[in-house]
Amino acid sequence: MALVELENVFKIYQVGDEEIRALDDVSLKIESGEFISIIGPSGSGKSTLMHLLGCLDTPTRGKITLDGIEIQNASSVELAAIRNRKIGFVFQSFNLLPKLNVAQNVEVPMIYAGVSAKERKERTMEALKKVDLENRAKHRPMQLSGGQQQRVAIARALINQPRIIFADEPTGNLDTITGDNILNLFRELSHQGSTIVLVTHNPEIAAVTPRRIEIRDGKISFSEDDRLAGTSLNK
Amino acid sequence: MILWNSIQVGFKQIWSHKFRSLLTMLGITLGVASLVAMAAIVNGMENGMKEGLIATGGLDKVIINDQSVPVWQEHLAQMAPGKTMQDVYALKNNATLLKRISPEIRASVRYVSRGDNRSRPSEVCGVTEDALFINQHEIAYGRWFTQMDSETAAPVCVIGSQIRDELFGDPNVIGEEIIPLGETIRLGEQLFTIVGMFQHYESEMARTERLAQKAALAKQPKVTRAFTNAVSQGSQSRTWGRPRGKGGGWAFDRKNSTIYIPLKTALIRFRMAENSLKIDDIDIQVKNYEEFEAALQQARNILMITHNRIEDFTFSTQETQSETIEQSIKNTRMSGTLIAIIALIVGGIGVMNIMLASISERIREIGLRKAMGATDAAVFIQIIIESVVLSTLGGLMGVAFSYGLVYIIQNVSTSNAPIIKPDALIFSMIFATIIGLIAGLYPALRAAKLDPIQALRFE
Repeated sequence: MALVELENVFKIYQVGDEEIRALDDVSLKIESGEFISIIGPSGSGKSTLMHLLGCLDTPTRGKITLDGIEIQNASSVELAAIRNRKIGFVFQSFNLLPKLNVAQNVEVPMIYAGVSAKERKERTMEALKKVDLENRAKHRPMQLSGGQQQRVAIARALINQPRIIFADEPTGNLDTITGDNILNLFRELSHQGSTIVLVTHNPEIAAVTPRRIEIRDGKISFSEDDRLAGTSLNK
Repeated sequence: MILWNSIQVGFKQIWSHKFRSLLTMLGITLGVASLVAMAAIVNGMENGMKEGLIATGGLDKVIINDQSVPVWQEHLAQMAPGKTMQDVYALKNNATLLKRISPEIRASVRYVSRGDNRSRPSEVCGVTEDALFINQHEIAYGRWFTQMDSETAAPVCVIGSQIRDELFGDPNVIGEEIIPLGETIRLGEQLFTIVGMFQHYESEMARTERLAQKAALAKQPKVTRAFTNAVSQGSQSRTWGRPRGKGGGWAFDRKNSTIYIPLKTALIRFRMAENSLKIDDIDIQVKNYEEFEAALQQARNILMITHNRIEDFTFSTQETQSETIEQSIKNTRMSGTLIAIIALIVGGIGVMNIMLASISERIREIGLRKAMGATDAAVFIQIIIESVVLSTLGGLMGVAFSYGLVYIIQNVSTSNAPIIKPDALIFSMIFATIIGLIAGLYPALRAAKLDPIQALRFE
């Protein structure tokens, strides 16, 4: 069974008399361990798709299954628990809490998961080691470079060993070289078995992932999978 | 665990906005301080009044007061005799249930003087020996008036210790006790000889304070002592109003500045021009407190005869006085509590305002926490706890502040030292915490209801 499965998902916003179909009959499957990018210009519905996949929102119609749990009817408390245990987010603007130091930032998801202080400390150091920042644990986010901040955010996203990581324009605020480093880190994590969904408007960045999905006007307009190259199944 | 973490986050949040938090807490601080200080002042008042009640006589003391004649006797008002010696004699001879009857004639003497020293007595009263017992006076030096003094209306007096302090010198200041027996002082313009002096009346607290002061004074070298005398005497004469009482309460001050003269002396030397035998006051004391009501009825019946059945008198018992005192304390406490609580509520509004500002500044943070798995409840609790931490810290500051306030009041006011009781502290702290809880409710609800997507997009 697929890790994430969307079946005829609609997300419709009512603005005045007008009906805006942010997602229009989308069906999609993401297998465990996949490295996939969702491409699309702004307003295409890719953010809406990511919000639904990330359990930040529920669809108007259709069925979404994540790790065997149907989330279209889940309560807000259940959604919060799913976000906490099964999902990691990485944002364009890093979204680190400026008042907390690096280690404390990484710790936050574990607090909501009810992990003991001792275990939190161990796992934080482990995660920081993974992103090569163990010697910056006591620094404030403001004292780090953009690339370092994003690596802290990635460590935070990984901390609860989520089933899937969503990265929303993770390189958008970084220069090309740093951005490449971050993408390499994602690739490495993918090799280690993480499921990663990269959301971007930049086809060049999307090119690093084996599978790409393009969204336009709320529909999947194009789907490509390097692993199936040569077959005529896609397109 | 989330709770502990929320408390930490709360403290951090307060610490990172030190000045803003301080200003916010100030509202709660002042509220708590005024609540605690108010309670302390009322406690002090209550103590002073209770002590005063005891100092001025026991429960078995009754004062016969004038009253305007009842409505149905208004046509007889002109014939109302008022209190006279007739009443005293009638009561003495017939009121078997009364132990003592003390007639008093007040001499209208504003100042007593000796040389350049002047003193203002609380009362200059012509009395009989019964007054000593009813008003619980104790003669420490000298003697009470003899029958000869009374019969000849001799110009003799027994004075309270404060009169001595002001006319001859305070033993705490000059270092030795002067016992002015046989000395002559002026009551108004008339010369009187001091034949006795009452003991110094003071509260338990004032006594310990005075003894400590005395011990400290004894340790100082002689020269310095003379110097401090000069300073303290000088400053005393310069203070406005009466100098601070040494008895530790208005009732003791009053009692210490009493001057008694024989009843007949008061009549002949201060009332002769009026050609009237009216008595200002009759205090009576019942023999047996169990027969209190019966004794009053008996006295009433006798007085009705001497007053030609005109009811122009009434009895004022210590009980009614203590009821009046209790009522006035209750009123003071009520209004004080109300004002303090309003101050606290205003402080709470300040907390709510700052919490709202705080969450609208942290919308992204709240969205992020939600994305990372914080439930609505967790966000709600975090904001509530921040609010409670803020108001509780404010309350603690208020407690410290109230001690300062009480210290100042103790040094400024003349009597009735305020007393801080633990129950006032606990009550005001609980109240401050509840205010913080209530003030945090709406901001916390707003934060909890934030949509994570919107919040994350918020710039």
